Amino acid sequence: MNHRLKRWGLILLVLSVLVVAVGLLALCTGSAGIPVNQIPDILQGGKNTAGYSILMGIRLPRILLGMGIGGALSLAGTLLQGMFRNPLVEPYTLGISGGASLGVCVNILCQFYAVIGIIAYPLSGFIGASLVIFLVYHLNRDNRNVRSNRMLLTGVMISYVASSLVMLLMALSKTDDLQSIVLWIMGSLDEPDTTLIWICCAGSIVGLFISYFFCMDLNALALGDEEAANLGINTPRTKKILFIIASFLTGLSVAVAGIIMFVGLIVPHFVRMITGPDHRILLAASFLSGAAFLTLCDVIARVIIAPLELPVGVITGIIGGVMFIWALSRKQVTL
Amino acid sequence: MTTDLQTNGSMKKKVVAIQNLNFQYRQKIILRDISFSVFPGEFVSIIGPNGCGKTTLIKTILRSVVPQTGTIHIQGQEVKTLSNKALARHLAVVMQTIDPAAMTVKDYVLLGRLPFFEPYQFFESQKDQAIAQRYMELTGVAHLAEARINEISGGERQLAAIARALTQEPALLVLDEPTAHLDITHQVRVLNLINTLKEQLSLTILMVLHDLNLAAEYSDRLVLLDKNNGRIYKAGTPEEVLTKASIQAVYQTGVEVRPNPISNKPWVFLINPHAQEGKSNAP
Repeated sequence: MNHRLKRWGLILLVLSVLVVAVGLLALCTGSAGIPVNQIPDILQGGKNTAGYSILMGIRLPRILLGMGIGGALSLAGTLLQGMFRNPLVEPYTLGISGGASLGVCVNILCQFYAVIGIIAYPLSGFIGASLVIFLVYHLNRDNRNVRSNRMLLTGVMISYVASSLVMLLMALSKTDDLQSIVLWIMGSLDEPDTTLIWICCAGSIVGLFISYFFCMDLNALALGDEEAANLGINTPRTKKILFIIASFLTGLSVAVAGIIMFVGLIVPHFVRMITGPDHRILLAASFLSGAAFLTLCDVIARVIIAPLELPVGVITGIIGGVMFIWALSRKQVTL
Repeated sequence: MTTDLQTNGSMKKKVVAIQNLNFQYRQKIILRDISFSVFPGEFVSIIGPNGCGKTTLIKTILRSVVPQTGTIHIQGQEVKTLSNKALARHLAVVMQTIDPAAMTVKDYVLLGRLPFFEPYQFFESQKDQAIAQRYMELTGVAHLAEARINEISGGERQLAAIARALTQEPALLVLDEPTAHLDITHQVRVLNLINTLKEQLSLTILMVLHDLNLAAEYSDRLVLLDKNNGRIYKAGTPEEVLTKASIQAVYQTGVEVRPNPISNKPWVFLINPHAQEGKSNAP
């Protein structure tokens, strides 16, 4: 046990250092390069300097948002893959992104943002995601159990329906609206509202905290629902709560940053290669790795064709996808 | 039919007491008026043809299937009043197969201590570790402790599953066809182990078995279910249950029953009708 705890402690320490290092890299990197040794001077130099505004007003909120969303998506993917015992499940499989996209499309086309302000974007995304969560859950529960495979299939179908409706709305929309929809769908960490950023970070940490109460249940669920029940786990209740946590984390992320694919699929797989399948280490390690991965991808998205920016989802897809195919070809991916 | 297996002495406390259990799925009656008891230290096997409700009967005890009527008591407590964890402290289950999870054998066996975890306990205690180690050694899988479940053979997985079940330190060990996918070496190895553990640990065993000869060889008592009406056809010692007449009535196939020359337990021979015809037509 001591050996294992030491190993887990070391993994968490390394990942924490990685998160801090990526955070520093992201602080220093951008159209205005700031050497890391100048950061203390800039911070002490007062709030009115350009350097301070760049660091604290632009880059730090973006880094925090990237870490919050990366952690949340990665954690949601870990919870769902553990709960469904399916390596292909990711936060968007259950149609949550489709619902959020549809909500935002309706907001753009009906111009709710003109009435209630910029908050209409995350709000409509969150409402769309919540409706899908409600629908998927209630279509797939009987008196005692949450039917996992049916739930997955329903989620995939709702995703298709929502995507088709989004395309329909795009076909009917004006050019300006179309551009807004496309930009939102591609995902971005450029969020001006600091309150939303704090909500997102706090929400993802709360999600991690609550998930830990179910880490042993997740370990038992790796053996299947029946085996877990035979070990004294209340599987319907556990799966219901895990589904709500994962949906909440995904809904929050989609509402604030749009759709950022692959993080929730790939990061848990890579972390599992290092930590093994024990959720006592996997949950925190996935959270930290997701935070570092998305922040790093955002740095690349910001600098690769500077001064223009790529959508961060493009980078997560390319880097994550290629690395995942490489890992699969080396048979390193396990559940 | 109501059958109480009480010849070991009705004064003993029953480990399992099933009374007037009825279960039907849609319009089909699966179990009808099932009543029997299992006493401490007994090895009872449930036998019967495919679809007669053997596994369903086990599932009613595990509460994964809810019977329409009837009661089930484990060590004097009605199962439906027990919490999930309390039930898992009374009985442990070994399924036909275990899913090839990527966890190590040791982690898998340690999961048997979950029913004893306090709320918000995240790590196994030293005592939990010692218990898991003891049962891994008893079942002969201690040398596989760091191997992954998905990397060991089916027979070794079943042994690991038994170690995990024993780690729950249950009063009742329930096994659902634990030898179903094993070769004869592993079938005998698994059943010998269960029999030895029963003696060493004073365990009570309730097992579903397809193989009548293995059931006769290892069980103290048998419960034969009848697929035609969902009732118990016969219950008692292997000699009482495994008669030619009862097997032919329930399985509707020709058999011969002779005493096993070594153990003297009933030994069921299947009769191939074509072979029989050939023999009778021979000059």
